[in-house]
Amino acid sequence: MKARILICMGTSGISAGAEEVAKCFKKELNKYNLQSKYEIIRVGDRGLFRDVLVDIIEPNEERITYERVKVIDVPKIVKNHLKNGEYIKGLQAGKDYKQFFARQMRIVLSNCGEIDPENIEEYIEKDGYEAAKKALKMKPEEIIEEIKKSGLRGRGGAGFPTGLKWEFCRKAKSDTKYIICNADEGDPGAFMDRSILEGDPHSVVEGMIIGAYAIGANEGYIYCRAEYPLAVKRLDKAIGQAREKKFLGKNIFGSRFSFDLVIKEGAGAFVCGEETALIASIEGKRGTPNPRPPYPAQKGLWGKPSNINNVETLANIRHIIDKGADWFSSIGYNKSKGTKVFAIAGKVKNTGLVEVPMGTTIREIVYGSGGGMVNKKIPFKAVQLGGPSGGCLPESLFDTPIDYESINETGAIMGSGGMVIMDQRTCMVDIARFFLSFTVAESCGKCIPCRIGLKRMLEVLEQISEGNGKEEHLKFLKDMSQTIIDTALCGLGNTAPNPVLTTIRYFKDEYQAHIKDRSCPSHVCTNLVRFEINEDKCIKCGQCFTVCPTGAIDLKKREYPILNKEKCIKCKACIDVCPVMAIE
Amino acid sequence: MKIDVSHAKKIIQRYRKKKGILIPLLQDIQAIYGYVPEETVGLISKELSIYPVDIYGVTTFYTQFHLMPQGKHTIKVCQGTACHVMGGKGILNCISDKLGIKDGETTEDGRFSLERVACLGCCGMAPVVVVDEDFHGNCNFQKIDYLLNQYKSKKEES
Repeated sequence: MKARILICMGTSGISAGAEEVAKCFKKELNKYNLQSKYEIIRVGDRGLFRDVLVDIIEPNEERITYERVKVIDVPKIVKNHLKNGEYIKGLQAGKDYKQFFARQMRIVLSNCGEIDPENIEEYIEKDGYEAAKKALKMKPEEIIEEIKKSGLRGRGGAGFPTGLKWEFCRKAKSDTKYIICNADEGDPGAFMDRSILEGDPHSVVEGMIIGAYAIGANEGYIYCRAEYPLAVKRLDKAIGQAREKKFLGKNIFGSRFSFDLVIKEGAGAFVCGEETALIASIEGKRGTPNPRPPYPAQKGLWGKPSNINNVETLANIRHIIDKGADWFSSIGYNKSKGTKVFAIAGKVKNTGLVEVPMGTTIREIVYGSGGGMVNKKIPFKAVQLGGPSGGCLPESLFDTPIDYESINETGAIMGSGGMVIMDQRTCMVDIARFFLSFTVAESCGKCIPCRIGLKRMLEVLEQISEGNGKEEHLKFLKDMSQTIIDTALCGLGNTAPNPVLTTIRYFKDEYQAHIKDRSCPSHVCTNLVRFEINEDKCIKCGQCFTVCPTGAIDLKKREYPILNKEKCIKCKACIDVCPVMAIE
Repeated sequence: MKIDVSHAKKIIQRYRKKKGILIPLLQDIQAIYGYVPEETVGLISKELSIYPVDIYGVTTFYTQFHLMPQGKHTIKVCQGTACHVMGGKGILNCISDKLGIKDGETTEDGRFSLERVACLGCCGMAPVVVVDEDFHGNCNFQKIDYLLNQYKSKKEES
């Protein structure tokens, strides 16, 4: 067997120059005549963002991982490691890398970063399509029973039991049915679906084959965001290869079951993640939601019964069929079974995708895999869960176990699993305003509470962050939120006030500071902040002078820098760069 | 400016007698012209019996479609949660100042168009800027300067 060189080539890897690194490896291997001994494999993202990750796997030897590999390092790796067998210590992935992966339980992500997503043979080698083969020998009802028993719940946000959803669609009477994969991952802060599609597209295809057979659909759609060009490309390739192997098309695996898949590219609308809006979009219309019932399981795409599942949910299916419902339900906590992938980002040391069993606490994720805060001097403030439909939780709720019910109790939601960590330099009023401006922009405009109500709330939040807040604004925000929650048409509107409600609930003093003292404790709301250079702390390093984009900082030799307030646009670049925090 | 509609005609032929085609059809048209020209809207309406109001309804609903010609390079600045926390707004303002345009606009010389996008799913390397199809992570003001200069000189070469 050839030794393997794995190079991580997801969107982030490519942006860090992975393609050049791969080319250089090829050139260097040829130079030392090693090309017959080593095979270069382009794998998807492994989840951790460390520029270019390169793994060297030789048979019967320990696996060596190098991080932040640059083109100039490649000749060294090939010469010293591959040819002479000496590891390059300085480049080897360190403590953070190990800590990031140590507490994870990778089921859905097990193939991401391990196999070439553009080669079906590699997927088959990892028992790929075995579950589909097995499922097609079972009765559809048996599959549904198995999924129900496993306790798998939708990973897209609401957490509806997948088995039940399938059963509803199975029971609907119709000559045609559809299965749809929702890959319109619009939540800012979540990127697990992108990584799964880029790193292991066949697992989603396989999940869809099983699902289609169980509900009795012969046609499937994958609705993917247009912002994910690489994911679309890899999916397209995967579907083509599956067709060649006769895993898709007529009489799959020699059975009487026929099934085929079509990719539909979205065109940039957050609301299309909502089931009924997604269906409207596939039909070529404006993506506006429709009232439910009728549910898609009765009347969905083209008026036929349709079943919609999220990418992560579908990627779980093959493992459940393969290893059984009992195995799956033994993982997890309370009514939430299995694992969940979280996308950790923001002011944390290790950013990336973490897959942990349900019931893990937020603290374990942030300080375990996340490795704590980036800058130890600026302490933690809040964690944002569930994107624009979720909420911000303070440190006191850090020991909340992650399962659908416990998270809902806090006022946030599990959502698709975005987890953005914020430090003391993040203003909660600003975050609430940010999310509302997002939902206002993305509201489809069909129902009044969402279209007008959210806009009014945003206006009030803008007044507060500009220093024109009034005492009665807080009550207004709460009342309006409740009205929108009660009356909006779809999930986007129903959950849009959550970021405002949770920030008021847990960070009320910050709102009070904005309204009463006209100050922003985190120095974010620019109208309420004045910049000054504290000469007691300043060490005259001149970094603020170099970084200022408008030339507002004047620096003369051996003197303290002077800030010209008229030129200053309050971009905070100087604050971020100052090593002694002398700018206040 | 007159545009050549023969490409659009060919595309429309491919989609005849299929259902749910409006969005992919418009995407293909935009891939050729860089935007959805008014002439093609009339053509689609006539050839496929779709009301212009429905076509405009779709083009204005989805952020991907443009009704005006775009610049040679499109700069997308991510304004997702992680990018916001890491200073994405400053990056947007900085580019906006440097080019003298707001988001959604194109520079007078037709070099750059500036767009804000919700989330590009690369939160681990926030703040993110995408020029055409190339992702640039961990952006700061110096990197923006470097990037803009790079693309400006690219234009001069060609």
